[in-house]
Amino acid sequence: MKLLEIDHLEVAYGSIRALHGISLEVDEGEIVTLIGANGAGKTTTLHTISRLPPPEAPRLTAGDIRYRGQSIVGVEPHDIVRRLHIALVPEGRHIFGNLTVQENLKLATYARRDDDRRPADYDRVFDLFPRLAERRRQRSESLSGGEQQMLAVGRALMSGCTFLMLDEPSMGLAPLLMYDMFRALKKLNRAGMTILLIEQNAHVALQFAHRGYLMDTGAIVRAGTSAELLADPLIHQAYLGG
Amino acid sequence: MFDTLLQNLINAMQWGSFYSLIALGYTLVYGVLLLINFAHGDIVMVGSYIAFFVATLFLGHYDLFPVALPGPLVLALTVPLTMILTALVGVTLERIAYRPLRRKGAHRLYVVITALMCGLILENGNLALLGASRKKFPELVDKVIYTAGGVSVTNLKIAVILTAVLVFVGLHLIVTKTRMGMAMRAISYDKFAVPLMGIPIDTVIVFTFVLGSSMAGLAGILFALSYPILDPYMGLSIGWKAFIAAVVGGIGDIRGAFAGGFILGFVEIMVVAFFPSTYRDLFAFTILLIILTLRPTGLFGVPKTTKV
Ligand SMILES: Nc1ncnc2c1ncn2[C@@H]1O[C@H](COP(=O)(O)OP(=O)(O)OP(=O)(O)O)[C@@H](O)[C@H]1O
Ligand SMILES: [Mg+2]
Repeated sequence: MKLLEIDHLEVAYGSIRALHGISLEVDEGEIVTLIGANGAGKTTTLHTISRLPPPEAPRLTAGDIRYRGQSIVGVEPHDIVRRLHIALVPEGRHIFGNLTVQENLKLATYARRDDDRRPADYDRVFDLFPRLAERRRQRSESLSGGEQQMLAVGRALMSGCTFLMLDEPSMGLAPLLMYDMFRALKKLNRAGMTILLIEQNAHVALQFAHRGYLMDTGAIVRAGTSAELLADPLIHQAYLGG
Repeated sequence: MFDTLLQNLINAMQWGSFYSLIALGYTLVYGVLLLINFAHGDIVMVGSYIAFFVATLFLGHYDLFPVALPGPLVLALTVPLTMILTALVGVTLERIAYRPLRRKGAHRLYVVITALMCGLILENGNLALLGASRKKFPELVDKVIYTAGGVSVTNLKIAVILTAVLVFVGLHLIVTKTRMGMAMRAISYDKFAVPLMGIPIDTVIVFTFVLGSSMAGLAGILFALSYPILDPYMGLSIGWKAFIAAVVGGIGDIRGAFAGGFILGFVEIMVVAFFPSTYRDLFAFTILLIILTLRPTGLFGVPKTTKV
């Protein structure tokens, strides 16, 4: 079933257009990746889905974003999380460094109405990222980069999301930690989480995802299953170093 | 000698309490919005006037409510009503003046200038509505003077100091223990990520203004009880001083605002104890300037990172 449908979406920062009519879809239960060079518009796409207000997200000038068949263009950013259960792990983590690990996780539960499911979600987060459990009482700005990324993902999970968007979650992580992160995401996906992922490392992303889109200067230039994209000469040349 | 010192300390604590109560409002709004709400001193003035009208209403001065209630009961009604109404004024200001600018992503400078203008509007609006004549705040409770040795203290002074301490403790609990408090701290660190947690930013901001303005209202009542002559510009001097107290304490930090208020109170009274009283503000501000030169982020402030 189609979960997210982006339909000829055009957006602009001021008068500068950033997305030139992109279309993409995510089905329930899928892992889909957005790859592309710096400045291609990947972050812009996720911020627009989250309905962040300017200046973070640009103005939507044409096209539509539908979630479960309904347009979400007029939805407030907090309602994207609270009512539609779409979470974004933003580029650069944006954890609340002045709060403890525990407080960061707790804050994300405040908007939830399903109190009974919270304990299970805490268990799930600490099970995926045992390090967070060890550092529960620590001020989160003192966590290592990898731990902060775990916290950013954990926090998104505590918001009770069923659709998880991640913007370069592997940024700054050592290879070993990066694979840990992807393993954790895979585990979440097997348990039913739909994932839309931005990733710099196209090779890793396409091994992990079911399908992918290649973006370039505000447009989608390739779409297909991971196997198709891995075999595509353009992608091979530009992103896989071959 | 010792008695004089003690007497001065008590007076310093009373003024420190006023400064603290007002400084807390500056610091809360700054911590959450990075906005120096220069209208805050005038909100204190509005609080005093609201208290005046509420109190005289229940004292039966208007046809609307023709019975005169006993003073203590009037006070008990005036405190919560004034706090609620002053909070409403603060929230209205946020709604019509600051929020539109925030929505448009206006530069902080414009927001600060808007705040200054809001203050002027409150002063001159008051002047236009009520005229230049001053109001005399009614005496609601009988003054009791407690004397021990050469030191005397009134029930009102004790009430003022106790209120400031209680408000600080309450506020500290709200900021550290409640959901809203946690959201306020989160915004002060990273505004961008707050809606991503499903938390509406505007709700948190309104809550912040409710807290800050209701404390300004409380300060307005206590000030009017202590110095019962009200005029439209009464909020200016005390507002600026409280703002400076908040900066000295480390603006954005509520412990800083509380401590800064009392420090300013002590410095002022001590200057007057040893020099002619015309030197008070000159010396007091020089001392505060020296503190800031030594610690530019204020006593409790840390560069960037935590606020509120
Ligand atoms: N706040 C902004 N104001 C103006 N232009 C912006 C803003 N944010 C992004 N842009 C522009 O929009 C385009 C797309 O940027 P975006 O951040 O979406 O790219 P990206 O694909 O996420 O890149 P990266 O891989 O570097 O993260 C870029 O040309 C960028 O300069
Ligand atoms: Mg990006």
